[in-house]
Amino acid sequence: MRRQIPILITTIAGLVFAISYFIPHDPFGESESIFGDWITIVQAFAVWLGALNLLKISFEKISSKSADWPYAAIIVVSLMGTLAVGFYDGYSGMAQDPQISFRDPGTNFDWLYRFIYTPLSATMFSMLAFFVASASYRAFRARNVQATLLLIAGFFVMGGRVPLFDMMISPITDFPVFSWFADWIMTYPNTAGQRAIMIGIALGIMSSSLRIILGIERSHIGGGSG
Amino acid sequence: MRLSSPNLTHNCLRIALFTLSLLLISLNAPLAQDAETAPDTAVVNTEPAADAAILAPLPAANVIAKDLPNDKGGAVLVSWELSPDDDGNGKVSGYLVQRSESKDGPFETAGNAVRGATKFTDNKTDDDKVYFYKVAAYFEYLDAADEKIRITSAATVTGPVQSSAQWFNMNRLYVLLFMLFVAGAIIFYIEKAKKGEEIYIRKIAGIDAVDEAVGRATEMGKKIFYIPGIQDMNDVQTIASIAILGRVAQMAAEYDTWLEVPVSKSMVLVTAREAMKEAYTKVGRPDALQDAQVHYLTDDQFGYAAAIDGMIVREKPATIFYMGAFFAESLILAETGNSVGAIQIAGTAMPAQLPFFVAACDYTLIGEELFAASAYLSREPRQLGSLKGQDMGKGLFILCIIVGVILATFDIWDMSVIFVSR
Repeated sequence: MRRQIPILITTIAGLVFAISYFIPHDPFGESESIFGDWITIVQAFAVWLGALNLLKISFEKISSKSADWPYAAIIVVSLMGTLAVGFYDGYSGMAQDPQISFRDPGTNFDWLYRFIYTPLSATMFSMLAFFVASASYRAFRARNVQATLLLIAGFFVMGGRVPLFDMMISPITDFPVFSWFADWIMTYPNTAGQRAIMIGIALGIMSSSLRIILGIERSHIGGGSG
Repeated sequence: MRLSSPNLTHNCLRIALFTLSLLLISLNAPLAQDAETAPDTAVVNTEPAADAAILAPLPAANVIAKDLPNDKGGAVLVSWELSPDDDGNGKVSGYLVQRSESKDGPFETAGNAVRGATKFTDNKTDDDKVYFYKVAAYFEYLDAADEKIRITSAATVTGPVQSSAQWFNMNRLYVLLFMLFVAGAIIFYIEKAKKGEEIYIRKIAGIDAVDEAVGRATEMGKKIFYIPGIQDMNDVQTIASIAILGRVAQMAAEYDTWLEVPVSKSMVLVTAREAMKEAYTKVGRPDALQDAQVHYLTDDQFGYAAAIDGMIVREKPATIFYMGAFFAESLILAETGNSVGAIQIAGTAMPAQLPFFVAACDYTLIGEELFAASAYLSREPRQLGSLKGQDMGKGLFILCIIVGVILATFDIWDMSVIFVSR
């Protein structure tokens, strides 16, 4: 029963979703939004599971003084500190007239968000620029025919995205060779390749979904293959 | 009209309106209304009657209201032919669509459409009621006091019309046919596999390397990291990732290698833990699984990337799997893994992230291979049968592309219309 009930629920839910795509009439037409609401509610409650797990693992690391326990201590302090500030702002905001939320501009929580969270996120995102450079360096090394073609395509696409290259070639020809070739690569070979991948993905999703609906694939519910 | 307004902009507008009035008079624009039309006064404000009569645009013609097809009810589609004045010269600012439950009114505003539009969907109808509609072209401008003046044309009443829900969306008929073909092929090959027929599946280098990657970690005595992406369990890529995790966990349990799964969603945490528990039990080592192997980090995209980067740099795992849905963090993770010399196998169905994984990882499962990986690793005949059926679907698409290219090249038929689903 422990396995049969989840499989049955998965099968029914999968079939209802598949049918509702073709039948706009109620009750099928509304099923997607109803299931969507359920997912949101479950996700909201599940956040506690994650937070408690994070605290448990971190406390274990601290108590056992494992190799990276200071990082675990920072996690606990940050999590509890943010929670405390949020609760304090929320509680004190209720007493004000008009009432303010802990997320409103000017609160301590907002300060944490603007001056700690946002810069940290931006720092991580900005590192992408350097990672792109190092990955491109490796990818564009002309070791074989495919890599050489990639290098040529990359050269023209990058050259075509800045006006400098077209300007440099302008004494020879007025035709914007770089931007035209970059557009051509992006519009035809790139789009064709992307679409081929998308078709494959669509078929893969379909095949996976059928395996799940038919109960052949059960790994995601801890049941292995059927 | 006051041409002595201090505001130059308004004066210019006034002159333009005056010129327009003269033009309309010279064209002898029909201003009379027949018995079927209802006079419609200005909605926002009114100018002197003479101005309104001169500036009122010609009405929209051939107004038709019908039930919106292929919907769940509660909507009426109103269409019309453009007003002759709607020629891009600014004589028409838009169209006012009004609705009533009686032919004689009173009419209430259902909505506005921009100039050049020829249809409007009224999404606020009741399937139990009948409605009448009228559409009026209008001209809108600001007067000297900056008040918006709207002058509407005559409007013909059309109806009655009643909205209703449909039992089948005909726009998706071809999708259903394709789906039935592919699903039929998959089930056919699953049944064939059940009967014991051998099914050939091409080799997928990225999946074949899983065994090698787990073995390498075992030899080096280092950890394996498995990153299931940043989407929740309602994403099919995450489901595929958890299915692959089950296979990888079996190998790790057999080799007694530490497999760590940091997750970014609570529901993935629970599911991954169940899959791991099942895998360890299957190889007879349920006691070897520890709670700390599957743990939650954060829901935040870059917080998650930062935490994993830190773990990679500190613990230097021998093998890292990236399987699931990734966004901008894909390269941040993969490049960090590359920098510590880990063997990396990635798989995603996010086309924009594939080039990053290809550049930074040793093996990459491209799109459909991610979904095939679990079946491929299981070597279970029924699962392999589903892959064969999937290939039949691919064959059908290839055939359609070839036929479509030929038909389009000779200008016979644009076959792409059957693939457009609304």
